[in-house]
Amino acid sequence: MLRFLIRRSLGAVVILVLISAITFFLFFALPADPARLACGKNCDPASLALINENLGLDKPIPVQYGEFMVGIVAGRDFPVGHCDAPCFGYSFVNQEPVWPTIVDRFPTTLSLALGAAVVFLAVGVGLGMIAAWRRGTWIDKLFSSLSLLGQSLQVYFVGVLCLAWFVSGLSIMEQPAYHPITENPARWFSGMLLPWLVLSLIFMANYSRMTRSQLVEQLHEDHVRTARAKGLSGRTVFFRYAWRGAIAPIVTIFGMDLGSLLGGAMITEYTFTLHGVGRLAVDSVRLTDLPMLMGVMLISSAAIVVFTIVVDALYAVIDPRVRLA
Amino acid sequence: MTTATHGAPAPAPGATGGYLSVRDLRVRFATEDGTVRAVDGLSFDLERGRTLGIVGESGSGKSVTNLTVLGLHDPRTTTVEGQILLDGQELTGAGERALERLRGNKMAMIFQDPLTALSPYYTVGRQIAEPYRKHTGASKRAARQRAIEMLAKVGIPHARRRVDDYPHQFSGGMRQRAMIAMALICDPDLLIADEPTTALDVTVQAQILDLLGDLQQEFGSAIILITHDLGVVANAADDLLVMYAGRAVERGTVREVLSAPQHPYTWGLLDSMPTLAGAVDTPLTPIPGAPPSLLAPPSGCPFHPRCGYTAVVGGDRCATERPALPAGRGAACHLGAERGGAVRRGGGGAAGAGPAGATRTDNGPAPADGPAPANGPAPADDPAGGGPANKEPGGGPSQGGDR
Amino acid sequence: MTRDAATGRTVEQSAGNGPPPGEPLLVAERLTKHFPIMGGFPFQRKVGAVQAVDGIDLAVHAGESFGLVGESGCGKSTTGRLLTRLLEPTAGRISYRGQDITHADRKALAPIRSEIQMIFQDPYSSLNPRQTVGAIISGPMEINRIRPPGGREARVRELLETVGLSPEHYNRFPHEFSGGQRQRIGVARALALDPRLIVADEPVSALDVSIQAQVINLLQRLRAELGIAFVFIAHDLAVVRHFSQRVAVMYLGKIVEVGDRESIYVRPRHPYTHALLSAVPDATEFLAEGAGASHVDAGYAGAGEGAGGGPAPGPGRIRLAGDVPSPIRPPSGCRFRTRCWKARDRCASEEPPLAPIPGNGPGHLTACHFPEDPTTARGEAVILDPALRGGGVAKAHGVEG
Repeated sequence: MLRFLIRRSLGAVVILVLISAITFFLFFALPADPARLACGKNCDPASLALINENLGLDKPIPVQYGEFMVGIVAGRDFPVGHCDAPCFGYSFVNQEPVWPTIVDRFPTTLSLALGAAVVFLAVGVGLGMIAAWRRGTWIDKLFSSLSLLGQSLQVYFVGVLCLAWFVSGLSIMEQPAYHPITENPARWFSGMLLPWLVLSLIFMANYSRMTRSQLVEQLHEDHVRTARAKGLSGRTVFFRYAWRGAIAPIVTIFGMDLGSLLGGAMITEYTFTLHGVGRLAVDSVRLTDLPMLMGVMLISSAAIVVFTIVVDALYAVIDPRVRLA
Repeated sequence: MTTATHGAPAPAPGATGGYLSVRDLRVRFATEDGTVRAVDGLSFDLERGRTLGIVGESGSGKSVTNLTVLGLHDPRTTTVEGQILLDGQELTGAGERALERLRGNKMAMIFQDPLTALSPYYTVGRQIAEPYRKHTGASKRAARQRAIEMLAKVGIPHARRRVDDYPHQFSGGMRQRAMIAMALICDPDLLIADEPTTALDVTVQAQILDLLGDLQQEFGSAIILITHDLGVVANAADDLLVMYAGRAVERGTVREVLSAPQHPYTWGLLDSMPTLAGAVDTPLTPIPGAPPSLLAPPSGCPFHPRCGYTAVVGGDRCATERPALPAGRGAACHLGAERGGAVRRGGGGAAGAGPAGATRTDNGPAPADGPAPANGPAPADDPAGGGPANKEPGGGPSQGGDR
Repeated sequence: MTRDAATGRTVEQSAGNGPPPGEPLLVAERLTKHFPIMGGFPFQRKVGAVQAVDGIDLAVHAGESFGLVGESGCGKSTTGRLLTRLLEPTAGRISYRGQDITHADRKALAPIRSEIQMIFQDPYSSLNPRQTVGAIISGPMEINRIRPPGGREARVRELLETVGLSPEHYNRFPHEFSGGQRQRIGVARALALDPRLIVADEPVSALDVSIQAQVINLLQRLRAELGIAFVFIAHDLAVVRHFSQRVAVMYLGKIVEVGDRESIYVRPRHPYTHALLSAVPDATEFLAEGAGASHVDAGYAGAGEGAGGGPAPGPGRIRLAGDVPSPIRPPSGCRFRTRCWKARDRCASEEPPLAPIPGNGPGHLTACHFPEDPTTARGEAVILDPALRGGGVAKAHGVEG
């Protein structure tokens, strides 16, 4: 297991370096000039040169990339001062250091992702199990129609409707906003409730369908028939045998979904005007803010890569046939 | 639970209601294409301590029958009619709870593919001990001890250590032994083995079949051995039921059926198999055509479209009238035992071209010297056009196994 | 090996079936295939090998059927794929009509590919479900840009007739056919390029008993009428005996015994061959009683007295213990020794060569230090499985586990 984790972590570092390099060089292939953007409307060549120097944009691109990567590991000195590791540089747009900005935004994203994940995992999988248990009945058919409907919904549509109904119209819900859980857990909860419900609505449909189909498939497996032939009750067979076999694929998909959610649920954050990592990513793309974009990209990629490794490691726990080395 | 019937001469099958008694069993599946008559009027009896071999090709209904006995069919799509009596207890109408108390306890099952039939997620020991805990209420420790004993009994070396292995750590033969241990752990009176050796190699198959026989001597269970291989039945069963298209077409003791088969389908099965002692390089005698669809089984005798002897029976009797299977030794064929034996011995099979003699055309040693098969029977998918080669009645030696 | 005709009447008859065996069509020498096992830390590398086929010699003559039998994991299917060069050998040499094709590339193989064809076990998965029968069968002609006189379609219709299907089946799809008919389509595809050799890998084992015979008859007719040689791979000893004039018995990647049909089935020497033959269940043991005929030379076929209160130990029953060892770390010396009742120290230290041993007929080679008598009649049972009744007796027999 340890060997597996070490080897996969090494692989993950390689992947992240590749992603950073690709992002970096693609960025400079863009026609926009970041120094000019940072310089603002009334820009004269002198201040442009100064900005270029301050941000290190006057050096060759590979050197810039090298300095950037070194900065992440060891910190870096800019003309404006020292930037501690992990240093992703300063925003081209507002000259804020990148890493503290991301650290500042991350709790919002984390709250949104984890909260929604709890809801959609519990409800989605639960509905899927009910549908599989009652497969072929009207409940099953109702659930499958509902999940089809749920899958076709979009956050920006449902989100705006919910805001209009529950917040502005009926006033039974609070305007979504992030309040740190450490300060006021109740406000944190009520502020995130609507985004959680809306975001999980979309995922829930997917999970209930997947759970149902996995369980139904498992229920037709030979070893489930063997379990029935042993005289185990239908409930025991369902939970001990069929459900056990359905866990692995659900965990796989869940790991990937959670990873990408931690990278920022962009549309959701925009819809509910939450200032999370996803919104930061969109903004930095819009403003050609390379250091910020690089920071967000690497954090999102790292989240996905880490969760992939976690899922693979979980496989060894779930399935005794998988031996990690 | 085991009223010992070891070695006791069992009554001929069908004479009286046995420990397991199946009466006029009909099983239908609803499918998108229509109703499949998987089993269509099947009756048989089985005593403890005896092994009944049920032989048939895919789609003959042999596996469905036994899933129905255990109540493992899907009740939403399956209709079951008729009677299944286990030790006098009616199973067809029994509730799920009642069946659960019997399954794995009084009746147990071994499946074809021991890899997929065991859950990959639990240790072999846990899976073996499970029915014991469920049915006897034994403690975890006692059940584990019992599982180790059973593993040792079925010949797993180092059972105490291997009990904590997962199925994938076992070889194919060992997995099937583990399945047997699981099936026998509650000392069942009825053991159903569905193609238990089909997925195994031939040397392992021989070990497993012998093991089943030995364990039967010890436990005294009744065994139903489902297989497509008449050789397996010859080695390991006492009684034999040949099934075709959801019906039993012939029954008797193994010796009776295999020494003097009465149904043209059984003849066909025997004739189409190459053997270790038969002629070589000569054409085999296949059964023409293919098994019928159970969505629309043939009228009358289900075998009549592939049978070479309908003309001997005469008229269109085979196509219109369903032959009954006599209780005890007999075949569901309008030819009747007497005439059938004569026809078979006198004229060979449907292909009818071989050098007919006193011995069977494909198994006797004589035809090995025959000519090269350059103009042997044409591709056998053609329906057997010709009638039987020979129809003189009488003259046949008496049947080997009359009751 | 060309003097087979002298060894028995069945062989004599077979010799009359095809062209007389002269120069071998296909020769394999020290043929070896090891599949690497990857592992290690922190970077993956080869840490071992599955020794699927390990230095086998065989020769297939024109027009004959050469049978390969053995249990799962013995390497018979891998051998088939090596002979058709679907796999590339790790070591050894394959030559087809004198030409070395061991490592020939696609281009060099092209003309030979049409002469060596393969039939697979599973008639369901080896046919593309989205192609018509006509497209499937004419596929090989298209790939090899062969335009038969009269056109491809006419040739396909002719082939359909050859394998016992109707030419009208040309535009149908595989799912419209039964298993036996699908296997016929596979055979027709193999015939499309007029092969001289067909490697048939378990061609009938997925089929029902009554359908098996139809396909075996078809293959037999092709061999007789078209003079096609076969490498016939199967686990069913009776089927192989029926179809093949010469038979090689494989165990854990090695050929342990090879010879003509008589040698292998009537006068086997290798203990493993004995064990295999003894394990084959036989439905015809009672037939003799009914027919009033004798079954004298049935050998093991008559050995298992079964019915009547469970199988009683037959006089010559052989029951091995355990399963085939892993081909990753096969036993030293003779690979069968771990399951053999005759094994002694020498078997572990010295690998027996596949060679003619005293008492063997011509062309009959056995790889064994302590061979059995050349008969299938056996006085006493060998029961190695400790779980079986009588298993203890065999232990006293001197079995080295």
